[in-house]
Amino acid sequence: MNGRARWATFAPHLRPPPVALAILFSALAGGALVLVSGYNPLLAFAEIVKGSLSFDSLPDTLNWATPLVGMTLVAAVSLRGGMVNLGGDGQLVIGGLIAALLPLVMPGPGGLVSVSALSTAALGAGLYATLAAWGETRHGIPMLISSLLLSYPAVGVTSYLARFPFRDVTTGLPQTAMIPAAARLYVLSGALNVGSLLIAAIAVTVIFVDRRTVAGYELRMRGNNLRFAGYGGVNLERQAIGTMFISGAIAGLVGAIVVLGSQFRFIDGALLTPAYTWSGLMAALLASGEPAGAILAGLFFAALQTGGFAMQRETSVPRVLTLVLQAIVILFLAIRQGVGTRGR
Amino acid sequence: MTSLFTPFLFQSAVQAITPILLASLAGCLCGRVGVFNLALEGQMLVGAFSGVVGSYFTHSALGGVAAAMAGAVAFSLVLAYGATAFRGDPVVVGIGMNLLASGLTAYLLRVVFGVSGTFSDPGVVGLGRIAIPALQGVPVLGWGFGRQSALAWAAWALTAVVSVVMFKTSAGLRLRGIGDDPDAAGTLGVDVARYRVIAVLVAGALTGLAGAQLSLGAVSVFAEDMSAGRGWIAVVAVMLGRNNPLYAAAACVLFGFADALSINLQSQGLPNQLTDVSPYLATLAALVIGHRRRTRTSRRNVSAATPGDTATTRPRAL
Repeated sequence: MNGRARWATFAPHLRPPPVALAILFSALAGGALVLVSGYNPLLAFAEIVKGSLSFDSLPDTLNWATPLVGMTLVAAVSLRGGMVNLGGDGQLVIGGLIAALLPLVMPGPGGLVSVSALSTAALGAGLYATLAAWGETRHGIPMLISSLLLSYPAVGVTSYLARFPFRDVTTGLPQTAMIPAAARLYVLSGALNVGSLLIAAIAVTVIFVDRRTVAGYELRMRGNNLRFAGYGGVNLERQAIGTMFISGAIAGLVGAIVVLGSQFRFIDGALLTPAYTWSGLMAALLASGEPAGAILAGLFFAALQTGGFAMQRETSVPRVLTLVLQAIVILFLAIRQGVGTRGR
Repeated sequence: MTSLFTPFLFQSAVQAITPILLASLAGCLCGRVGVFNLALEGQMLVGAFSGVVGSYFTHSALGGVAAAMAGAVAFSLVLAYGATAFRGDPVVVGIGMNLLASGLTAYLLRVVFGVSGTFSDPGVVGLGRIAIPALQGVPVLGWGFGRQSALAWAAWALTAVVSVVMFKTSAGLRLRGIGDDPDAAGTLGVDVARYRVIAVLVAGALTGLAGAQLSLGAVSVFAEDMSAGRGWIAVVAVMLGRNNPLYAAAACVLFGFADALSINLQSQGLPNQLTDVSPYLATLAALVIGHRRRTRTSRRNVSAATPGDTATTRPRAL
């Protein structure tokens, strides 16, 4: 064994972990951007850490993480099977609107109303997401495109419904009427409600299905090699539709949790402004769809964004900087993966 | 129904077509060299923002257009090298670039101009419309092009240029060769990596023009995420046109008219939340019909194809 071959054997073990390297690079590039804009990057980053991980701000981080980790799972479930669900926004607002309208018309005890609102929201958004799968399996439209294009009509129509037929005319804002107090989600403490537990339960379920069940194995097989999965006897069409249903249903549930847990009505645009869908997608991409890693990445992004509010407050660096940092992490990872494998 | 086909419809259609057409020309160029470009949306946004910056600081529309092209080309370096020399997955790189564009333009909007949301200022010089009175009386063509920005004309001229270069020159032959089989092209002595980088950067300049039309064409304003899905529609036009600029242009005409129709319906009292949906529905319908036609013409191959196997749009694991 000559020196070069020996180096080739050991080099992979000596390489620093790519995710850590990506975060470091993103901090350096983002720091340079902050410096050029005339602020102190060290101060800005210190505020991000303080504003997200200190004892006082941890509940805020967890509250922000609830929808973000939810949308991470939306992206991760489909990504695990090699499908990209870019339609999270549309599925989110469909779930949110259903959850905002059902309690207004449904009689009965509050608990029953909120459970039915959650499940109807999941069902509605899940069915809408299967349209995208159907577009790919039957009409040859790549899932990436069909899910994204279907998102715009959903956003437009829900926006119309909230602004015109179902508008709460007693307020001057584009929003639906307030849902009765009994139908709201049970508050655990402060801003945290039972919705966070629900997302945690879904997260555990997704990890379990991914690691321990046949369906999870078949989905991973599809993600690694679509044709192999097909030859192995997986019904690809049914799998695509089922996966997208689950993915969309989680998105609908997230929309319902935000509406029933913190906003108590459907406010036009309020579900989309925080860009949970895109942060979730980035978190899922960061872990290539592996659920446990994706959830960690989602928590990381939630901390980054929560810290962004504190940074903007304390140092007046615009908090949209955190979106730039996230994008750089993804780009660095996507581009870097080729560097080590070049020339093989 | 006849009241819909007014001169105004044609004018707004040509205006709506311009940015999508420029972006889809860019998409065709990238597609021909085998780089699937999903970043059109973000490239346009960067172009739109740099256009406003350039116009504001040079006090000239031309300076704005130049800055838009320069900004978009610089931004395209990520795709040019990321998806070629570094062999990153174009799908992931594209998604990352779109988000970076959205974040970066919003950040710079606050830092450079100190505002959030939208920026408009008398200092931003727009392109202005070239009025051609002789043309304005001509039905259809005159209605569409009688009063348009220079970029609306440029978009169609560039469609011709790109088509000629792609199909009638030796450089175009090499481009197409790289897209068909990069290894074979490399064996024949074509510098694949260099061609790819140049094609992606030229495409970047085209998306810069598309962005300039958005922010300096009809209005002189930059709004956050003002590309508003047009880049994705351009991606679809490229797919429908199978990287042929002329077919992609035909798809753009369809989407442009759908867009113009929605503006028209709005002026007749329909809420814009509903009418805004029409270009996307037209796009979906075009995709479904396009696929029908393709499967009918190549029915022999259908049984061999795996459902959902759209190799280019499946991301590799990171």
